[in-house]
Amino acid sequence: MKVLVAVKRTVDANIHVRVKQDGSGVEDANIKMGINPFCEIAIEEALRLKEANMANEVVVVSVGSKVCEDVLRHGLAMGADRGILMETDQPLQPLSIAKVLSSVIHTESPDLVIMGKQSIDGDNNQTGQMLSALLGWPQGTFASKLDLQNNQIFVTREVDDGLETLALSLPAVVTTDLRLNQPRYLSLPNIMNARKKTINVLNVDDLNIDIKSRLRTLEVHEPPKRSGGVKLNSVEELVDKLRNEARVI
Amino acid sequence: MGVLIIAEHNNQTLSASILPVVTAAKQLSNKITVLVAGHDCVAVADAVSRVEGVTQVSLAQAEYFQHHLAEELAPLIIKQVEDDIEYLMAPSSTFGKNLMPRVAALLDVAQISDIINIKSADTFVRTTYAGNVLATIQTQDPIKVITVRASAFEPASHGDKQSKIASITVTPKTGLSTFHAREVTKSKRPDLNTARVVVSGGRGLGNAENFKLIEEIADKLGAAIGASRAAVDGGYISNDHQVGQTGKVVAPELYIAIGISGAIQHLAGMKDSKVIVAINKDPEAPIFESADYGLVADLFDVLPKLCVALGK
Ligand SMILES: Cc1cc2nc3c(=O)[nH]c(=O)nc-3n(C[C@H](O)[C@H](O)[C@H](O)COP(=O)(O)OP(=O)(O)OC[C@H]3O[C@@H](n4cnc5c(N)ncnc54)[C@H](O)[C@@H]3O)c2cc1C
Repeated sequence: MKVLVAVKRTVDANIHVRVKQDGSGVEDANIKMGINPFCEIAIEEALRLKEANMANEVVVVSVGSKVCEDVLRHGLAMGADRGILMETDQPLQPLSIAKVLSSVIHTESPDLVIMGKQSIDGDNNQTGQMLSALLGWPQGTFASKLDLQNNQIFVTREVDDGLETLALSLPAVVTTDLRLNQPRYLSLPNIMNARKKTINVLNVDDLNIDIKSRLRTLEVHEPPKRSGGVKLNSVEELVDKLRNEARVI
Repeated sequence: MGVLIIAEHNNQTLSASILPVVTAAKQLSNKITVLVAGHDCVAVADAVSRVEGVTQVSLAQAEYFQHHLAEELAPLIIKQVEDDIEYLMAPSSTFGKNLMPRVAALLDVAQISDIINIKSADTFVRTTYAGNVLATIQTQDPIKVITVRASAFEPASHGDKQSKIASITVTPKTGLSTFHAREVTKSKRPDLNTARVVVSGGRGLGNAENFKLIEEIADKLGAAIGASRAAVDGGYISNDHQVGQTGKVVAPELYIAIGISGAIQHLAGMKDSKVIVAINKDPEAPIFESADYGLVADLFDVLPKLCVALGK
Protein backbone atom coordinates (compact mmCIF):
# COMPACT_ATOMS: atom_id res chain seq x y z
CA MET A 1 0.00 0.00 0.00
CA LYS A 2 1.20 3.46 -0.86
CA VAL A 3 0.51 6.37 1.45
CA LEU A 4 0.71 9.95 0.29
CA VAL A 5 1.06 12.69 2.89
CA ALA A 6 0.42 16.33 2.02
CA VAL A 7 2.45 18.80 4.07
CA LYS A 8 2.41 22.57 4.44
CA ARG A 9 5.04 25.05 5.50
CA THR A 10 3.69 27.45 8.10
CA VAL A 11 4.84 29.86 10.75
CA ASP A 12 6.15 28.09 13.86
CA ALA A 13 3.39 27.36 16.39
CA ASN A 14 5.17 29.25 19.17
CA ILE A 15 5.31 32.52 17.31
CA HIS A 16 2.89 35.29 18.02
CA VAL A 17 2.48 36.83 14.59
CA ARG A 18 2.05 40.58 14.10
CA VAL A 19 0.15 42.44 11.47
CA LYS A 20 2.05 44.78 9.12
CA GLN A 21 1.62 48.48 9.75
CA ASP A 22 -0.42 48.99 6.57
CA GLY A 23 -2.77 46.07 7.30
CA SER A 24 -1.83 44.33 4.06
CA GLY A 25 -0.73 41.09 5.69
CA VAL A 26 1.29 39.62 8.53
CA GLU A 27 4.95 40.33 9.27
CA ASP A 28 6.66 37.45 7.57
CA ALA A 29 10.23 38.67 7.36
CA ASN A 30 12.66 36.60 9.42
CA ILE A 31 10.07 34.65 11.34
CA LYS A 32 10.60 31.04 12.18
CA MET A 33 8.84 28.72 9.74
CA GLY A 34 8.42 24.99 9.83
CA ILE A 35 6.14 22.09 9.16
CA ASN A 36 2.51 22.57 10.16
CA PRO A 37 2.06 20.52 13.38
CA PHE A 38 -0.95 18.60 12.04
CA CYS A 39 1.06 17.62 8.92
CA GLU A 40 3.83 16.28 11.12
CA ILE A 41 1.24 14.07 12.83
CA ALA A 42 0.12 12.91 9.37
CA ILE A 43 3.66 11.87 8.41
CA GLU A 44 4.11 10.07 11.72
CA GLU A 45 0.94 8.07 11.17
CA ALA A 46 1.99 7.07 7.67
CA LEU A 47 5.38 5.94 8.96
CA ARG A 48 3.74 3.85 11.66
CA LEU A 49 1.67 2.09 8.99
CA LYS A 50 4.87 1.37 7.10
CA GLU A 51 6.65 0.14 10.21
CA ALA A 52 3.71 -2.17 10.91
CA ASN A 53 4.14 -3.57 7.39
CA MET A 54 0.80 -2.19 6.30
CA ALA A 55 2.29 0.26 3.84
CA ASN A 56 5.35 -0.04 1.68
CA GLU A 57 5.91 3.50 0.53
CA VAL A 58 5.37 6.92 2.08
CA VAL A 59 5.49 9.90 -0.26
CA VAL A 60 5.40 13.48 1.04
CA VAL A 61 4.04 16.26 -1.17
CA SER A 62 4.00 19.99 -0.70
CA VAL A 63 2.49 22.71 -2.86
CA GLY A 64 4.20 26.09 -2.82
CA SER A 65 7.40 27.92 -3.55
CA LYS A 66 10.94 26.54 -3.56
CA VAL A 67 11.34 27.12 0.18
CA CYS A 68 8.78 24.39 0.89
CA GLU A 69 11.57 21.92 0.21
CA ASP A 70 12.58 22.29 3.84
CA VAL A 71 9.34 20.75 5.12
CA LEU A 72 9.68 17.93 2.61
CA ARG A 73 13.22 17.33 3.94
CA HIS A 74 11.72 17.27 7.42
CA GLY A 75 9.34 14.53 6.31
CA LEU A 76 12.18 12.61 4.65
CA ALA A 77 14.24 12.91 7.83
CA MET A 78 11.33 11.48 9.79
CA GLY A 79 11.45 8.50 7.45
CA ALA A 80 9.35 9.19 4.35
CA ASP A 81 10.72 7.58 1.18
CA ARG A 82 10.60 10.45 -1.28
CA GLY A 83 9.20 13.90 -1.81
CA ILE A 84 7.35 15.84 -4.47
CA LEU A 85 7.32 19.63 -4.63
CA MET A 86 4.54 21.11 -6.71
CA GLU A 87 6.21 24.41 -7.23
CA THR A 88 4.44 27.74 -7.67
CA ASP A 89 4.98 31.22 -6.34
CA GLN A 90 1.32 32.12 -6.58
CA PRO A 91 -0.70 32.64 -3.41
CA LEU A 92 -2.70 29.49 -2.75
CA GLN A 93 -6.07 28.82 -1.20
CA PRO A 94 -7.42 25.46 -0.04
CA LEU A 95 -9.39 24.78 -3.22
CA SER A 96 -6.32 25.41 -5.39
CA ILE A 97 -4.15 23.22 -3.19
CA ALA A 98 -6.76 20.46 -3.36
CA LYS A 99 -6.78 20.70 -7.16
CA VAL A 100 -3.00 20.46 -7.40
CA LEU A 101 -2.94 17.54 -4.96
CA SER A 102 -5.64 15.75 -6.90
CA SER A 103 -3.49 15.95 -10.03
CA VAL A 104 -0.55 14.47 -8.11
CA ILE A 105 -2.83 11.70 -6.91
CA HIS A 106 -3.91 10.89 -10.42
CA THR A 107 -0.30 10.12 -11.33
CA GLU A 108 0.81 8.61 -8.02
CA SER A 109 -2.33 6.52 -7.33
CA PRO A 110 -1.88 6.16 -3.57
CA ASP A 111 -4.23 3.94 -1.55
CA LEU A 112 -4.43 6.39 1.30
CA VAL A 113 -3.87 10.13 1.68
CA ILE A 114 -3.18 11.52 5.14
CA MET A 115 -3.02 15.25 5.82
CA GLY A 116 -3.47 17.73 8.66
CA LYS A 117 -6.99 18.83 9.60
CA GLN A 118 -5.99 22.47 9.47
CA SER A 119 -2.94 24.65 9.08
CA ILE A 120 -2.14 26.95 11.95
CA ASP A 121 -1.82 30.03 9.74
CA GLY A 122 -5.06 30.10 7.74
CA ASP A 123 -7.03 27.98 10.22
CA ASN A 124 -9.35 27.00 7.38
CA ASN A 125 -9.81 23.26 7.95
CA GLN A 126 -10.83 22.61 4.33
CA THR A 127 -8.18 21.07 2.09
CA GLY A 128 -8.64 17.38 2.97
CA GLN A 129 -12.40 17.53 2.58
CA MET A 130 -12.04 19.37 -0.75
CA LEU A 131 -9.50 16.89 -2.02
CA SER A 132 -11.69 13.90 -1.23
CA ALA A 133 -14.63 15.63 -2.95
CA LEU A 134 -12.59 16.26 -6.10
CA LEU A 135 -11.44 12.64 -6.15
CA GLY A 136 -14.86 11.23 -5.27
CA TRP A 137 -13.25 9.43 -2.32
CA PRO A 138 -14.50 8.99 1.25
CA GLN A 139 -13.15 11.27 3.95
CA GLY A 140 -12.24 10.65 7.57
CA THR A 141 -11.64 14.02 9.20
CA PHE A 142 -10.22 14.97 12.63
CA ALA A 143 -8.86 11.47 13.19
CA SER A 144 -7.60 10.40 16.59
CA LYS A 145 -7.24 6.71 15.71
CA LEU A 146 -6.77 4.69 12.52
CA ASP A 147 -7.29 0.99 12.12
CA LEU A 148 -6.53 -0.53 8.75
CA GLN A 149 -8.24 -3.82 7.96
CA ASN A 150 -8.22 -5.45 4.53
CA ASN A 151 -9.48 -2.89 2.10
CA GLN A 152 -11.10 -0.68 4.72
CA ILE A 153 -9.91 1.88 7.18
CA PHE A 154 -11.69 2.55 10.46
CA VAL A 155 -11.27 6.17 11.43
CA THR A 156 -12.13 7.39 14.91
CA ARG A 157 -12.96 11.08 14.72
CA GLU A 158 -12.97 13.78 17.37
CA VAL A 159 -16.41 15.35 17.09
CA ASP A 160 -18.20 17.96 19.19
CA ASP A 161 -20.02 15.48 21.38
CA GLY A 162 -17.34 12.82 21.71
CA LEU A 163 -15.94 10.29 19.27
CA GLU A 164 -17.31 8.79 16.10
CA THR A 165 -15.90 5.85 14.15
CA LEU A 166 -16.46 5.49 10.42
CA ALA A 167 -15.43 2.72 8.08
CA LEU A 168 -14.07 4.04 4.78
CA SER A 169 -13.43 2.06 1.66
CA LEU A 170 -10.00 2.66 0.15
CA PRO A 171 -8.70 4.79 -1.40
CA ALA A 172 -9.61 7.49 1.11
CA VAL A 173 -8.49 10.80 2.56
CA VAL A 174 -7.85 11.09 6.30
CA THR A 175 -7.16 14.32 8.19
CA THR A 176 -5.37 14.26 11.52
CA ASP A 177 -6.29 15.65 14.91
CA LEU A 178 -3.83 16.31 17.71
CA ARG A 179 -4.29 13.06 19.57
CA LEU A 180 -3.61 10.69 16.67
CA ASN A 181 0.02 10.30 17.72
CA GLN A 182 3.09 12.04 19.09
CA PRO A 183 5.49 12.67 16.17
CA ARG A 184 9.06 11.40 16.56
CA TYR A 185 12.06 13.64 16.96
CA LEU A 186 14.54 13.94 14.12
CA SER A 187 17.89 12.32 14.74
CA LEU A 188 21.06 13.72 13.21
CA PRO A 189 21.83 10.57 11.18
CA ASN A 190 18.30 10.66 9.77
CA ILE A 191 18.64 14.32 8.88
CA MET A 192 21.87 13.51 7.03
CA ASN A 193 20.28 10.50 5.38
CA ALA A 194 17.33 12.59 4.18
CA ARG A 195 19.68 14.72 2.09
CA LYS A 196 20.23 11.74 -0.17
CA LYS A 197 16.54 11.09 -0.75
CA THR A 198 14.85 12.37 -3.90
CA ILE A 199 12.55 15.35 -4.18
CA ASN A 200 10.92 15.67 -7.58
CA VAL A 201 10.07 19.22 -8.48
CA LEU A 202 7.18 19.88 -10.86
CA ASN A 203 6.01 23.25 -11.99
CA VAL A 204 2.34 23.86 -11.23
CA ASP A 205 2.05 26.39 -14.04
CA ASP A 206 2.74 23.60 -16.55
CA LEU A 207 -0.28 21.64 -15.38
CA ASN A 208 -3.12 23.73 -16.70
CA ILE A 209 -4.98 23.80 -13.37
CA ASP A 210 -7.10 26.80 -12.42
CA ILE A 211 -5.53 27.97 -9.17
CA LYS A 212 -6.69 31.57 -9.37
CA SER A 213 -7.72 32.88 -5.94
CA ARG A 214 -11.44 33.24 -5.44
CA LEU A 215 -11.04 35.08 -2.18
CA ARG A 216 -9.34 38.41 -1.75
CA THR A 217 -8.04 39.57 1.61
CA LEU A 218 -9.01 43.22 1.79
CA GLU A 219 -7.17 43.92 5.03
CA VAL A 220 -5.98 42.29 8.22
CA HIS A 221 -5.81 43.68 11.72
CA GLU A 222 -5.13 42.51 15.25
CA PRO A 223 -8.08 41.96 17.55
CA PRO A 224 -8.52 44.43 20.39
CA LYS A 225 -6.22 43.54 23.28
CA ARG A 226 -7.76 42.61 26.59
CA SER A 227 -6.39 44.80 29.28
CA GLY A 228 -5.01 42.70 32.10
CA GLY A 229 -7.15 43.11 35.18
CA VAL A 230 -6.44 42.97 38.88
CA LYS A 231 -4.75 40.37 41.01
CA LEU A 232 -6.75 39.48 44.07
CA ASN A 233 -5.57 38.20 47.41
CA SER A 234 -8.11 35.66 48.47
CA VAL A 235 -10.95 33.41 47.44
CA GLU A 236 -13.36 35.58 49.42
CA GLU A 237 -12.29 38.64 47.48
CA LEU A 238 -12.71 36.78 44.18
CA VAL A 239 -16.22 35.60 45.02
CA ASP A 240 -17.14 39.09 46.19
CA LYS A 241 -15.89 40.67 42.93
CA LEU A 242 -17.74 38.14 40.80
CA ARG A 243 -20.94 38.65 42.75
CA ASN A 244 -20.94 42.36 43.34
CA GLU A 245 -18.68 43.96 40.75
CA ALA A 246 -18.87 41.82 37.62
CA ARG A 247 -22.26 40.40 38.65
CA VAL A 248 -21.70 37.16 36.77
CA ILE A 249 -22.51 34.69 39.53
CA MET B 1 -31.19 35.83 -3.41
CA GLY B 2 -31.70 33.14 -0.81
CA VAL B 3 -29.78 31.32 1.85
CA LEU B 4 -29.80 27.58 2.41
CA ILE B 5 -28.78 26.56 5.92
CA ILE B 6 -27.84 22.99 6.70
CA ALA B 7 -29.31 21.97 10.06
CA GLU B 8 -27.29 20.01 12.58
CA HIS B 9 -29.31 17.51 14.59
CA ASN B 10 -29.40 13.94 15.90
CA ASN B 11 -32.67 13.00 14.12
CA GLN B 12 -34.65 13.78 17.27
CA THR B 13 -33.51 17.16 18.44
CA LEU B 14 -32.26 20.21 16.63
CA SER B 15 -28.83 21.42 17.70
CA ALA B 16 -28.79 24.96 19.07
CA SER B 17 -25.84 25.60 16.77
CA ILE B 18 -28.24 26.56 14.00
CA LEU B 19 -29.65 29.56 15.87
CA PRO B 20 -26.67 31.92 15.44
CA VAL B 21 -26.43 30.82 11.80
CA VAL B 22 -30.00 32.00 11.22
CA THR B 23 -29.08 35.36 12.75
CA ALA B 24 -26.11 35.66 10.41
CA ALA B 25 -28.23 34.59 7.44
CA LYS B 26 -30.80 37.30 8.20
CA GLN B 27 -28.10 39.88 7.52
CA LEU B 28 -27.74 38.48 4.00
CA SER B 29 -31.26 37.68 2.87
CA ASN B 30 -34.86 37.49 3.96
CA LYS B 31 -35.37 34.20 2.17
CA ILE B 32 -33.96 31.53 4.47
CA THR B 33 -34.49 27.86 3.75
CA VAL B 34 -33.22 25.24 6.16
CA LEU B 35 -32.36 21.77 4.95
CA VAL B 36 -33.07 19.01 7.45
CA ALA B 37 -31.49 15.83 6.13
CA GLY B 38 -31.66 12.72 8.25
CA HIS B 39 -33.65 9.62 9.04
CA ASP B 40 -37.03 9.75 10.80
CA CYS B 41 -36.43 13.39 11.61
CA VAL B 42 -39.81 15.07 11.14
CA ALA B 43 -39.62 16.38 14.70
CA VAL B 44 -36.45 18.24 13.81
CA ALA B 45 -38.07 19.83 10.76
CA ASP B 46 -40.94 20.87 12.98
CA ALA B 47 -38.57 22.53 15.46
CA VAL B 48 -36.70 24.31 12.66
CA SER B 49 -39.92 25.63 11.17
CA ARG B 50 -40.54 27.55 14.41
CA VAL B 51 -37.21 29.35 14.45
CA GLU B 52 -37.69 33.08 13.94
CA GLY B 53 -36.43 34.12 10.49
CA VAL B 54 -36.68 30.73 8.81
CA THR B 55 -38.99 31.02 5.78
CA GLN B 56 -39.02 27.43 4.57
CA VAL B 57 -37.88 23.98 5.62
CA SER B 58 -36.76 21.28 3.18
CA LEU B 59 -36.95 17.80 4.62
CA ALA B 60 -34.89 14.98 3.10
CA GLN B 61 -35.24 11.60 4.76
CA ALA B 62 -33.35 8.42 3.99
CA GLU B 63 -31.79 5.72 6.09
CA TYR B 64 -28.35 6.64 4.69
CA PHE B 65 -28.71 10.24 5.92
CA GLN B 66 -29.04 9.06 9.52
CA HIS B 67 -25.42 9.69 10.49
CA HIS B 68 -24.97 12.84 8.41
CA LEU B 69 -22.02 11.47 6.48
CA ALA B 70 -20.50 14.19 4.30
CA GLU B 71 -20.27 11.78 1.37
CA GLU B 72 -24.06 11.32 1.40
CA LEU B 73 -25.10 14.88 2.27
CA ALA B 74 -22.87 16.80 -0.13
CA PRO B 75 -24.57 15.57 -3.35
CA LEU B 76 -27.98 16.29 -1.81
CA ILE B 77 -26.97 19.81 -0.88
CA ILE B 78 -25.54 20.73 -4.26
CA LYS B 79 -28.76 19.56 -5.88
CA GLN B 80 -30.64 22.20 -3.87
CA VAL B 81 -28.60 25.02 -5.32
CA GLU B 82 -30.83 26.68 -7.88
CA ASP B 83 -30.55 30.11 -9.40
CA ASP B 84 -31.85 31.90 -6.39
CA ILE B 85 -29.62 30.31 -3.73
CA GLU B 86 -26.57 32.45 -3.23
CA TYR B 87 -25.42 31.29 0.21
CA LEU B 88 -24.93 27.88 1.74
CA MET B 89 -24.40 28.15 5.47
CA ALA B 90 -23.74 25.87 8.44
CA PRO B 91 -22.34 26.23 11.94
CA SER B 92 -18.56 25.85 12.22
CA SER B 93 -19.02 22.86 14.49
CA THR B 94 -17.31 19.58 13.61
CA PHE B 95 -20.48 18.83 11.60
CA GLY B 96 -20.15 21.97 9.45
CA LYS B 97 -16.37 21.81 9.19
CA ASN B 98 -16.54 18.26 7.93
CA LEU B 99 -19.30 18.87 5.41
CA MET B 100 -19.06 22.33 3.88
CA PRO B 101 -15.62 22.15 2.23
CA ARG B 102 -16.79 19.00 0.45
CA VAL B 103 -19.85 20.87 -0.79
CA ALA B 104 -17.78 23.86 -1.90
CA ALA B 105 -15.31 21.74 -3.86
CA LEU B 106 -18.14 19.97 -5.69
CA LEU B 107 -19.45 23.39 -6.70
CA ASP B 108 -15.95 24.57 -7.61
CA VAL B 109 -16.14 27.51 -5.22
CA ALA B 110 -14.07 28.56 -2.23
CA GLN B 111 -15.30 27.97 1.29
CA ILE B 112 -15.20 30.66 3.94
CA SER B 113 -14.62 29.17 7.37
CA ASP B 114 -15.78 30.29 10.78
CA ILE B 115 -16.90 33.85 10.04
CA ILE B 116 -17.32 36.23 12.97
CA ASN B 117 -18.75 39.23 11.15
CA ILE B 118 -20.54 40.13 7.93
CA LYS B 119 -19.40 43.36 6.23
CA SER B 120 -21.50 43.15 3.08
CA ALA B 121 -23.06 40.63 0.69
CA ASP B 122 -19.64 39.31 -0.33
CA THR B 123 -17.31 40.42 2.45
CA PHE B 124 -16.75 38.64 5.76
CA VAL B 125 -14.40 38.75 8.74
CA ARG B 126 -12.72 35.63 10.08
CA THR B 127 -9.90 34.81 12.45
CA THR B 128 -6.55 33.38 11.37
CA TYR B 129 -3.27 32.56 13.14
CA ALA B 130 -4.92 31.27 16.31
CA GLY B 131 -7.08 34.36 16.60
CA ASN B 132 -4.14 36.75 16.45
CA VAL B 133 -5.11 38.15 13.06
CA LEU B 134 -8.58 39.15 11.90
CA ALA B 135 -8.88 39.02 8.13
CA THR B 136 -11.51 40.76 6.02
CA ILE B 137 -12.20 38.50 3.05
CA GLN B 138 -14.07 39.27 -0.15
CA THR B 139 -15.30 36.45 -2.33
CA GLN B 140 -15.75 36.51 -6.09
CA ASP B 141 -17.67 33.25 -6.23
CA PRO B 142 -21.35 33.26 -7.30
CA ILE B 143 -22.20 30.82 -4.51
CA LYS B 144 -20.81 31.49 -1.08
CA VAL B 145 -20.26 28.46 1.14
CA ILE B 146 -19.85 29.68 4.69
CA THR B 147 -19.46 28.28 8.18
CA VAL B 148 -20.42 30.54 11.06
CA ARG B 149 -18.81 30.84 14.48
CA ALA B 150 -21.69 30.37 16.87
CA SER B 151 -20.31 32.54 19.66
CA ALA B 152 -20.04 35.56 17.33
CA PHE B 153 -23.76 35.89 16.55
CA GLU B 154 -26.76 36.09 18.86
CA PRO B 155 -28.98 33.01 18.70
CA ALA B 156 -32.24 33.46 16.80
CA SER B 157 -35.29 32.86 18.95
CA HIS B 158 -37.99 30.25 18.67
CA GLY B 159 -41.22 31.86 17.50
CA ASP B 160 -44.72 30.48 17.39
CA LYS B 161 -45.24 31.04 13.70
CA GLN B 162 -44.52 27.96 11.65
CA SER B 163 -42.96 28.07 8.20
CA LYS B 164 -43.77 25.61 5.45
CA ILE B 165 -42.11 22.18 5.49
CA ALA B 166 -41.58 20.58 2.07
CA SER B 167 -40.33 17.04 1.58
CA ILE B 168 -37.71 16.92 -1.14
CA THR B 169 -36.44 14.18 -3.43
CA VAL B 170 -33.36 12.49 -2.06
CA THR B 171 -30.16 11.77 -3.97
CA PRO B 172 -28.98 8.15 -4.28
CA LYS B 173 -26.71 6.52 -1.73
CA THR B 174 -22.97 6.74 -2.45
CA GLY B 175 -21.92 4.13 0.12
CA LEU B 176 -18.38 5.56 0.22
CA SER B 177 -18.27 5.49 3.99
CA THR B 178 -20.27 3.76 6.67
CA PHE B 179 -21.03 4.67 10.22
CA HIS B 180 -19.51 2.25 12.69
CA ALA B 181 -19.77 3.59 16.24
CA ARG B 182 -20.36 6.66 18.32
CA GLU B 183 -19.20 7.37 21.83
CA VAL B 184 -21.19 10.31 23.07
CA THR B 185 -19.97 12.06 26.20
CA LYS B 186 -23.04 12.23 28.39
CA SER B 187 -23.37 15.05 30.83
CA LYS B 188 -26.11 16.81 32.70
CA ARG B 189 -24.10 20.01 32.63
CA PRO B 190 -24.87 22.79 30.17
CA ASP B 191 -23.45 22.58 26.66
CA LEU B 192 -19.95 24.03 26.45
CA ASN B 193 -20.78 26.05 23.34
CA THR B 194 -23.71 27.89 24.83
CA ALA B 195 -23.06 27.85 28.59
CA ARG B 196 -23.21 31.13 30.51
CA VAL B 197 -20.33 30.03 32.72
CA VAL B 198 -17.38 27.79 31.80
CA VAL B 199 -14.90 26.36 34.31
CA SER B 200 -11.76 25.05 32.60
CA GLY B 201 -8.87 23.02 33.90
CA GLY B 202 -5.36 22.51 32.56
CA ARG B 203 -2.20 20.56 33.17
CA GLY B 204 -1.98 22.10 36.62
CA LEU B 205 -4.63 19.63 37.78
CA GLY B 206 -2.13 16.82 37.27
CA ASN B 207 -4.47 13.89 36.68
CA ALA B 208 -8.04 12.77 36.05
CA GLU B 209 -8.74 12.24 39.74
CA ASN B 210 -7.82 15.82 40.60
CA PHE B 211 -9.83 17.10 37.65
CA LYS B 212 -12.93 16.29 39.76
CA LEU B 213 -12.13 19.51 41.63
CA ILE B 214 -13.05 21.35 38.42
CA GLU B 215 -16.30 19.42 38.20
CA GLU B 216 -17.24 20.38 41.75
CA ILE B 217 -16.74 24.08 41.06
CA ALA B 218 -18.62 23.79 37.78
CA ASP B 219 -21.57 22.17 39.53
CA LYS B 220 -21.69 24.92 42.15
CA LEU B 221 -21.96 27.45 39.34
CA GLY B 222 -24.17 25.45 36.97
CA ALA B 223 -21.31 25.74 34.52
CA ALA B 224 -19.97 23.74 31.59
CA ILE B 225 -16.52 22.20 31.79
CA GLY B 226 -13.68 23.17 29.51
CA ALA B 227 -10.09 22.01 29.28
CA SER B 228 -6.77 22.86 27.73
CA ARG B 229 -5.16 20.59 25.20
CA ALA B 230 -2.71 19.40 27.85
CA ALA B 231 -5.58 18.27 30.09
CA VAL B 232 -7.21 16.36 27.22
CA ASP B 233 -3.92 14.85 26.02
CA GLY B 234 -3.25 13.77 29.60
CA GLY B 235 -6.57 11.93 29.70
CA TYR B 236 -8.01 14.07 32.53
CA ILE B 237 -11.15 14.63 30.46
CA SER B 238 -12.53 13.74 27.02
CA ASN B 239 -11.63 15.54 23.78
CA ASP B 240 -14.96 17.30 23.38
CA HIS B 241 -14.02 19.62 26.25
CA GLN B 242 -10.98 21.12 24.55
CA VAL B 243 -11.18 24.87 24.17
CA GLY B 244 -8.91 26.62 21.70
CA GLN B 245 -7.66 27.18 18.19
CA THR B 246 -8.26 23.60 17.28
CA GLY B 247 -11.01 22.79 19.75
CA LYS B 248 -14.14 24.72 20.65
CA VAL B 249 -14.41 28.49 20.62
CA VAL B 250 -16.51 29.81 23.46
CA ALA B 251 -17.51 33.24 24.70
CA PRO B 252 -19.41 32.81 27.96
CA GLU B 253 -20.19 35.55 30.45
CA LEU B 254 -17.69 34.03 32.84
CA TYR B 255 -14.67 31.85 32.02
CA ILE B 256 -12.58 30.49 34.87
CA ALA B 257 -9.18 29.11 33.82
CA ILE B 258 -7.58 26.95 36.48
CA GLY B 259 -4.05 25.60 36.15
CA ILE B 260 -3.91 26.80 32.53
CA SER B 261 -0.89 28.80 31.36
CA GLY B 262 -2.61 30.74 28.60
CA ALA B 263 -0.90 29.60 25.39
CA ILE B 264 -2.10 31.47 22.29
CA GLN B 265 -3.81 28.31 21.08
CA HIS B 266 -5.89 28.21 24.25
CA LEU B 267 -6.60 31.96 24.26
CA ALA B 268 -7.94 31.62 20.71
CA GLY B 269 -10.85 29.66 22.12
CA MET B 270 -11.86 31.85 25.05
CA LYS B 271 -10.52 35.38 24.87
CA ASP B 272 -13.86 36.82 23.80
CA SER B 273 -15.44 35.73 27.08
CA LYS B 274 -16.98 38.64 28.95
CA VAL B 275 -15.22 38.09 32.28
CA ILE B 276 -12.12 35.94 32.61
CA VAL B 277 -10.77 34.61 35.90
CA ALA B 278 -7.37 32.91 36.14
CA ILE B 279 -6.13 30.79 39.00
CA ASN B 280 -2.47 29.88 38.61
CA LYS B 281 0.45 29.54 40.97
CA ASP B 282 2.87 31.17 38.56
CA PRO B 283 2.50 34.99 38.71
CA GLU B 284 4.19 35.21 35.28
CA ALA B 285 1.70 32.90 33.52
CA PRO B 286 0.49 34.63 30.32
CA ILE B 287 -3.13 33.87 31.20
CA PHE B 288 -3.04 36.76 33.70
CA GLU B 289 -2.57 39.23 30.82
CA SER B 290 -6.03 38.31 29.56
CA ALA B 291 -7.75 37.84 32.92
CA ASP B 292 -9.99 40.41 34.55
CA TYR B 293 -9.46 38.78 37.93
CA GLY B 294 -6.36 36.82 38.81
CA LEU B 295 -5.54 34.72 41.81
CA VAL B 296 -1.90 33.72 42.19
CA ALA B 297 -2.26 30.60 44.28
CA ASP B 298 -1.94 26.86 44.43
CA LEU B 299 -5.16 25.47 43.02
CA PHE B 300 -5.16 22.57 45.47
CA ASP B 301 -5.25 25.09 48.26
CA VAL B 302 -7.81 27.41 46.70
CA LEU B 303 -10.37 25.17 45.03
CA PRO B 304 -11.75 23.59 48.23
CA LYS B 305 -12.11 27.08 49.69
CA LEU B 306 -13.77 28.32 46.51
CA CYS B 307 -16.21 25.45 46.69
CA VAL B 308 -17.16 26.45 50.21
CA ALA B 309 -17.41 30.14 49.38
CA LEU B 310 -19.68 29.45 46.40
CA GLY B 311 -21.86 27.18 48.45
CA LYS B 312 -22.98 30.06 50.61
C1 LIG C 1 -1.15 22.80 16.51
C2 LIG C 1 -1.48 23.07 17.94
C3 LIG C 1 -2.81 23.24 18.29
C4 LIG C 1 -3.14 23.46 19.63
N1 LIG C 1 -4.46 23.63 19.95
C5 LIG C 1 -4.78 23.87 21.25
C6 LIG C 1 -6.14 24.09 21.65
O1 LIG C 1 -7.06 24.06 20.84
N2 LIG C 1 -6.40 24.32 22.96
C7 LIG C 1 -5.40 24.36 23.91
O2 LIG C 1 -5.70 24.57 25.11
N3 LIG C 1 -4.12 24.17 23.56
C8 LIG C 1 -3.79 23.91 22.26
N4 LIG C 1 -2.48 23.69 21.94
C9 LIG C 1 -1.50 23.52 23.03
C10 LIG C 1 -0.99 24.82 23.62
O3 LIG C 1 0.09 25.30 22.87
C11 LIG C 1 -0.50 24.56 25.08
O4 LIG C 1 0.48 23.56 25.05
C12 LIG C 1 -1.61 24.12 26.03
O5 LIG C 1 -2.70 25.01 25.94
C13 LIG C 1 -1.08 24.08 27.42
O6 LIG C 1 -2.05 23.60 28.33
P1 LIG C 1 -2.00 24.03 29.86
O7 LIG C 1 -2.08 25.50 29.96
O8 LIG C 1 -2.99 23.21 30.57
O9 LIG C 1 -0.58 23.47 30.30
P2 LIG C 1 0.76 24.25 30.70
O10 LIG C 1 1.14 25.22 29.65
O11 LIG C 1 1.73 23.23 31.10
O12 LIG C 1 0.31 25.11 31.94
C14 LIG C 1 -0.03 24.58 33.18
C15 LIG C 1 -0.21 25.74 34.11
O13 LIG C 1 -0.67 25.27 35.35
C16 LIG C 1 -0.03 26.00 36.38
N5 LIG C 1 -0.03 25.16 37.58
C17 LIG C 1 0.63 23.99 37.78
N6 LIG C 1 0.36 23.49 38.99
C18 LIG C 1 -0.46 24.37 39.60
C19 LIG C 1 -1.07 24.42 40.88
N7 LIG C 1 -0.89 23.44 41.78
N8 LIG C 1 -1.85 25.47 41.16
C20 LIG C 1 -2.05 26.46 40.26
N9 LIG C 1 -1.50 26.46 39.04
C21 LIG C 1 -0.71 25.43 38.71
C22 LIG C 1 1.36 26.29 35.87
O14 LIG C 1 1.90 27.45 36.51
C23 LIG C 1 1.08 26.52 34.37
O15 LIG C 1 0.87 27.88 34.09
C24 LIG C 1 -2.13 23.51 20.61
C25 LIG C 1 -0.79 23.38 20.23
C26 LIG C 1 -0.46 23.16 18.91
C27 LIG C 1 0.98 23.03 18.53
